[in-house]
Amino acid sequence: MTVLAETLRRCRAEGRAALVGYLPACFPDFEQGVANLRALVDGGVDVVEIGLPYSDPVLDGPVIARASDVALRAGSSIAHVLRTLEAVASTGVAALIMTYWNPVERYRVDRFAAAVADAGGSGLITPDLLPDEAEAWLAASDAYHLDRVFLVAPSSTDERIALTTRFCRGFVYAASVMGVTGVREQASTQAPALVARVRRYTDLPVGVGLGVGTAEQAAEVAQYADAVIVGSAFVRRVFEASADAPAAVRALAGELAAGVRGAPVGR
Amino acid sequence: MNGVRPSLPDAAGHFGPFGGRFVPEALVAALDELAVAHAAAMGDPGFHRELRTLLTSYAGRPTPITEAKRFAEHAGGARIFLKREDLTHTGSHKINNVLGQALLTVRMGKKRVIAETGAGQHGVATATAAALFGLDCTIYMGEEDTRRQALNVARMRLLGADVVAVDAGSRTLKDAINEAFRDWVTTVEYTHYLFGTVAGPHPFPAVVRDFQKIIGEEARGQILDAVGRLPDAVVACVGGGSNAIGIFTAFLDDPTVRLFGFEAGGDGVETGRHAATLSAGSRGVLHGARTYVLQDADGQTLPSHSISAGLDYPGVGPEHAWLKETGRVSYQPVTDAEAMDAFRLLARTEGILAALESAHALAGALRIGRELGPGGVVLVSLSGRGDKDVQTAASWFGLTGER
Repeated sequence: MTVLAETLRRCRAEGRAALVGYLPACFPDFEQGVANLRALVDGGVDVVEIGLPYSDPVLDGPVIARASDVALRAGSSIAHVLRTLEAVASTGVAALIMTYWNPVERYRVDRFAAAVADAGGSGLITPDLLPDEAEAWLAASDAYHLDRVFLVAPSSTDERIALTTRFCRGFVYAASVMGVTGVREQASTQAPALVARVRRYTDLPVGVGLGVGTAEQAAEVAQYADAVIVGSAFVRRVFEASADAPAAVRALAGELAAGVRGAPVGR
Repeated sequence: MNGVRPSLPDAAGHFGPFGGRFVPEALVAALDELAVAHAAAMGDPGFHRELRTLLTSYAGRPTPITEAKRFAEHAGGARIFLKREDLTHTGSHKINNVLGQALLTVRMGKKRVIAETGAGQHGVATATAAALFGLDCTIYMGEEDTRRQALNVARMRLLGADVVAVDAGSRTLKDAINEAFRDWVTTVEYTHYLFGTVAGPHPFPAVVRDFQKIIGEEARGQILDAVGRLPDAVVACVGGGSNAIGIFTAFLDDPTVRLFGFEAGGDGVETGRHAATLSAGSRGVLHGARTYVLQDADGQTLPSHSISAGLDYPGVGPEHAWLKETGRVSYQPVTDAEAMDAFRLLARTEGILAALESAHALAGALRIGRELGPGGVVLVSLSGRGDKDVQTAASWFGLTGER
């Protein structure tokens, strides 16, 4: 069992949703990127998602796309991302890499899986890889005992949900809205129905992401999901922090962690 | 098919190891819907009638072939025939695909189309069809391209389309496609992404091919009428590759016909400043398909370069990747300078201003003609006209401003 699976099981035993926090590696550079990701952990995030900066992030809104651009300009490489993963996983937290597919294929799927396992990572989230095209990744993730998180969306048919959840391991990533990453004012009205549909096909934990950015939204999503996934809100904090970005990240993680625990919020 | 060649792509959109779907799950339902609508239309005589009427009465098909005799004097004695897609309404082959997909859009009950455009030809064609069918239309175009193709931006706006200048990444076609995908994943319920080339996720490579193959079907009959035999070579420029697939498809099963795709060699492949994806790229995944990609060792897409905005793309359609690997088509780079020389030669010998994209095919035709020598017959896809490129060409040849 991966650290991720253990973590999600523990949260479930505590009767609460897990908090998953995302930041790209090397954002704004390698050292500060590691510091920001560790600040997620210090602030109370249960699972860390490390973004692998990519030149063509079609599922990302302007905030994360700009962060990827900053990271690439700072010289982000797969080697840097793997070192970042190692630095984060060494804290004992469950850590995954979120990556578009081409860098993995270019690195070679088997070699990438071995490197992730070696760095102490739990697995990959693959937003543009469908199980239909994932033969090499299914084999490699089995060989290296890694979790594989595929996405479902409000537009997914029941057939697609059945197929996708069959190949997921760790958790199922439910995209709460039709769209790209980025904080929305309103919590999704489609997400609860999607999560309910997913549960008809799997006992795996279901994480909800896209559009969640505040403690109130986190608390709301935590009522029906097993994991609350927050990305753009953290990235925005880093962009906005004039001096101490890790402190800003830590503060938001703390608010969101309280949110998923159902604590009274911001009154 | 006659059983010699298996029918491609397969049901999941694969051409050998290429093609397929590498997209967010959120788009799968829309791609499936399109695949179903496409298959139904292909089997529906009523659809074909409707499309044929549009192509003849609106777009100006069939386009003629023109023998370029004075141009061919520079081609080693070979005869050169131009398939005149530049004579269609809106001035390029793009209209063929756009009218087909606009009909599909209506059949799917969607009210809005979006499209990417590089040179602006696909954007203009899409804006045109949107006006004709009463659809809302948004065109994504790299900021760099809106500058060098300003005339086409104005044309699209006159036709009622919103033109969004994309200032992300390299600010060219690749980034326009990213932005169009972002729009689509958000608005897919009522929006059709009217994809302009034979790249992208399944079923786009098959859909666009099916609407462009009329180029080769017409040209095959026309060249048989003109010279009494099949050509020795068929040549086309390749960016994403839609005009090339359009003219190649009718000849794929003719073993005596050699097929050549000419990519943008930019400043020269050896300089790294080019868009010769098949000549100098490697296998990868970009914009929803496994294909050839210009990429670095980490799989990051490399910036491409070409004087021609329509060829300035670091990917290529997956069927081309397959045709390269099977050896059926030979892909070669043509530099900016070679293309511009061919552009000027055609203008001065035949009175035709070609699009800079098509000028790459013309340069290739000269090269292949010299190889074939006297008696050779070369069929060239003249994919578009050069009105949009007048400013770029005038500045290349130093014809602007003070003498």
